[in-house]
Amino acid sequence: MSVFRSLDWVTIILYVLLVSAGAVSIYAASYDFDNASIFDLTEFSGKQFLWIGLSLVIGCIILLLDYRLYEAYAYPIYGVVILLLIVTIFVAPDIKGSHSWLVFGPVSLQPAEFGKFATALALAKLFDSYSFSLNAKISNYFRALIIIFLPIVMILMQRETGSALVYLSLVFVLYREGMSGLVLCAVVCAVAYFVVAVKYSTPLILGLPAGEFSVFVLICVIFCLMLLFYCRDIFIARNVILGFIGTGILVSVLEICGVHVNGLAYFLSAIGLGLAYVLVAMMRHRIKKFLITAGFVATSVLFLFSVNYVFGNVLEPHQQMRIKVTLGIEDDLRGAGYNVNQSKIAIGSGGVSGKGFLNGTQTKLKYVPEQHTDFIFCTIGEEQGFIGSSIVLALFLALILRIIHLAERQRTPFGRVYIYCVVSYLIFHLAINIGMVIGLCPVIGIPLPFFSYGGSALWGFTILLFIMLRIDASRKERRD
Amino acid sequence: MRKDYVLEKRKFVIGGFITLIVVIYLFRLFNLQVGDDKYKEHADSNAFLKRVIYPARGLVYDRNDKLLVFNQPAYDVMLIPKDVAEFDTASLCRVLNLSRQELDEKWAAMKNPRKNPGYSAYTPQKLLSHLSAEDYGRLSEKLYLFPGFFIQKRTVRQYNYTVASNILGNIREVSGHDLEKDRYYRSGDYTGDLGVEKSYERVLRGEKGMEILMKDASGRIKGKYENGIHDVAPTSGRNLKLSIDVDLQQYGEQLMQGKIGAIVAIEPATGEILALVTSPNYDPSLLVGKERGKNYSELVKNPYKPLYDRALQGMYPPGSTFKPTQGLIFLQEGIVTPGTAYPCYRGYVNGLRVGCHGHGSPIALKPALATSCNAYFCWGLKNMIDKRGTNASAQLTKWKDYMVEMGYGYRLGIDLPHESRGFIPNADFYSKSFRGANWRANSIISISIGQGEVLATPLQIANLCATIANRGYFYTPHIVKEISDTVIDSSFRKRHKPDIRRQHYELVAEGMRMAVLGGTCRGANIPGIEVCGKTGTAQNPHGRDHSAFMGFAPYKNPKIAVAVYVENAGFGAAFGVPIGSLMIEKYLHGSISAGRKAVETRMLNSNTIYSSGVKKH
Repeated sequence: MSVFRSLDWVTIILYVLLVSAGAVSIYAASYDFDNASIFDLTEFSGKQFLWIGLSLVIGCIILLLDYRLYEAYAYPIYGVVILLLIVTIFVAPDIKGSHSWLVFGPVSLQPAEFGKFATALALAKLFDSYSFSLNAKISNYFRALIIIFLPIVMILMQRETGSALVYLSLVFVLYREGMSGLVLCAVVCAVAYFVVAVKYSTPLILGLPAGEFSVFVLICVIFCLMLLFYCRDIFIARNVILGFIGTGILVSVLEICGVHVNGLAYFLSAIGLGLAYVLVAMMRHRIKKFLITAGFVATSVLFLFSVNYVFGNVLEPHQQMRIKVTLGIEDDLRGAGYNVNQSKIAIGSGGVSGKGFLNGTQTKLKYVPEQHTDFIFCTIGEEQGFIGSSIVLALFLALILRIIHLAERQRTPFGRVYIYCVVSYLIFHLAINIGMVIGLCPVIGIPLPFFSYGGSALWGFTILLFIMLRIDASRKERRD
Repeated sequence: MRKDYVLEKRKFVIGGFITLIVVIYLFRLFNLQVGDDKYKEHADSNAFLKRVIYPARGLVYDRNDKLLVFNQPAYDVMLIPKDVAEFDTASLCRVLNLSRQELDEKWAAMKNPRKNPGYSAYTPQKLLSHLSAEDYGRLSEKLYLFPGFFIQKRTVRQYNYTVASNILGNIREVSGHDLEKDRYYRSGDYTGDLGVEKSYERVLRGEKGMEILMKDASGRIKGKYENGIHDVAPTSGRNLKLSIDVDLQQYGEQLMQGKIGAIVAIEPATGEILALVTSPNYDPSLLVGKERGKNYSELVKNPYKPLYDRALQGMYPPGSTFKPTQGLIFLQEGIVTPGTAYPCYRGYVNGLRVGCHGHGSPIALKPALATSCNAYFCWGLKNMIDKRGTNASAQLTKWKDYMVEMGYGYRLGIDLPHESRGFIPNADFYSKSFRGANWRANSIISISIGQGEVLATPLQIANLCATIANRGYFYTPHIVKEISDTVIDSSFRKRHKPDIRRQHYELVAEGMRMAVLGGTCRGANIPGIEVCGKTGTAQNPHGRDHSAFMGFAPYKNPKIAVAVYVENAGFGAAFGVPIGSLMIEKYLHGSISAGRKAVETRMLNSNTIYSSGVKKH
């Protein structure tokens, strides 16, 4: 059959490499000193080998099916999975506070993992509608967002926050399909403001905490940059920049001479004057971009004021603690920080070349909790060292870049959008899981694709990947 | 399909974003894994329980291979505070046979940084020591109930004889000071205290071994790390063979019962110490085990100071045992010849008077030694110090140099701790004590008869005796004859020779022989043994005269040189001579002849402490 000739073998090889490395890691992570056989199905590694075998079968079946099937049944599949997610909320037993597992005798399935490919198919189908363009109508955004948020709500109701957050990564798809880059910028800025404002509460500069002071400076800089590169009005930008620099020097001189300046008042008046000036300029030129710039800056200031309130009053104490631990504000080695600390110890003790296969003491002796699921990367870090972990990261990066390449060579929006969904999920899982294990992100319980123990996650990613391969293989069969 | 090339460029943003994240993560990984060693240390402290295996301490034998000191197992209850989980205090108390209050006290003592300076929550700490065998058995059955606890096997000392505690010493737990000084020790280790246990600590202790066990996150032991290839086996301590003859030592201690003082017996040909008795003494096993602390403080408080080794540390006026050194110096310096005779009118009368007792006059060196004439040696020193054409300082310096060569005034360097140096004054000393005034022989005349400023230890007196026995040389006295698998310090095999001719020593030996045959030491005239001796009766500021004796035998080819010093016991002939001669007889003949049994009984039963009161040193 022609499918196998037009398959993208690069992706398949990367997939096989990652899954094999994952199997080896699971074996190492669950290896005990009084060890059992690899193929003992009561052991994690034995079960995982079974899942891997079955996922290859699933992959083959997917490749053998007609690609038009996925397009045709995209919405029905989405509907079924959403129903399954709803059913799960009610019938799933309570496992550590989460209601996300359907138990069939010895086998448990997590429907949330299958929501990923279903949502991707539905989103792709939506974008494939005749003459659909994201920016054509505001209602198109709503349709896309409904498809994305339906599973998020269901999964949040199952109390699986981590899995729900994964769907937020589909913002990359929206961006690729025409959403303004400012949204991405806004997300990045919000994270930056939040981290800086929460982390540095001392010392006081001009009566402001160092973090807030820095955020104000950042807002001023972004203001100027937007005027320069987004509005492309050098004249207005120059005036605003000179205004900020001039008043900044004035304030510094006053401070050195012993006259204390209220920093908050200074920044508010400086930014306020800048905004007023830009608005007046807008009145003259009537350029929408000035308005957006002004809105962005004003929102930034409001966001800064709300950060402390949100952090202190909206987030729950254990979430605050996770964020504080991640930002290094507090050490809570017995509680929230325990996992991450042990995981850093395990990885850090690996050195350049690692302790060798099955020689990792931290993982073998169960110092790292969840070491075969969410913290599987510790085993690689400890036993294979910097070299091994770099290779794994490089394989993931190669896979993601390869898939972006596949996405861009599609001739239909269906193929492109579907494959960008795969890209988004992979980016999110990789960035959050590894970031959490090495202590750069707060702990969010999501698996490392192809590595973490569990049939559902492996099958979920296998289905995602093989539908993608099937769609890609059929790109030449289309006539358009 | 229409391609939107502006939007297609956004693939670079998305691809660039994930590439940037991967690069950041690689930097972070590099930092964690390559840049920082602290994680490796954390991991080791997590996973490894490094358990020390204590080596067996070396055994101690006497010169005839009689076992003096050996080991018996003892068990300590150890714990790693970090790993101690909640446990049932009441059942621990029951198992260990402790009251709740006692347990709390032990716990507080373990955590008190002053009592236990090595305290750390991450390293093994000692809670209890010297568990009895029953308690050990009970605890090892129930140990699983108390996570973080373990039992450390150690050894404590056991003694076959109740004698020689001053030589053997004992072992104690290391102090904070020891921990700072020597990184070998860990909190709770033992180290030697006093005696050879202290001076040969490094030989006796061996090398600790180490086994590396793996423990999992809940503290369970999961076997040896890599099957024990990183483990280090302990090296046992080396055995010591002492030069003492434990039977002679025991006999000496029996003779000194009820007396304060010391006996030192040396084999002249080697410098090996045959007996080193100090009295009062104590049973070495008092300082072993649970009762050590209590017994130790009682010994410290005892007014007779049993922990004070009078044989090495006691600084006494040597009295007439000093006279042979004077005769030797005068002969070597040409102040006298064997025939030179000095007058004695019941003493030295020359502007001042030093008393003497009845004997012929004038008198030459040999009879002067035999009768212990004070006047002879006063005249000799006067003629030396006030020699025409010299000055007193220079002559005294010369005199002091001879004394130092003969082993006085400085530590001899015995292989036991806390030796005293005695005291031999020099010219500076007298210039200061006479405040710069002109001093002459008469000012210092009493040093010629071993009184005045000079002080000597019984060991130095015995060493002089051994030098005379050797007719002019000595080996540094030492207590360890052999160390298994190695040799003793070379300083003990080096012959020390004072700059005095052999013929002068021969003359002094003849004088000492005369003292036994017809002088002050007649009590040492043992049938069948040619003993040479010299008595000493030392005046002192503490009460009755000290009774001293030094002697060697046989006259030709001597086998033993002995010094006896009994505080406040009167004439040298009263206690020094009989005790010294009994030691000689015991050593050379193995038993006391029937004719001397009465002397032996009198010595064994006499008590000089009551008549003398408590002394200060």
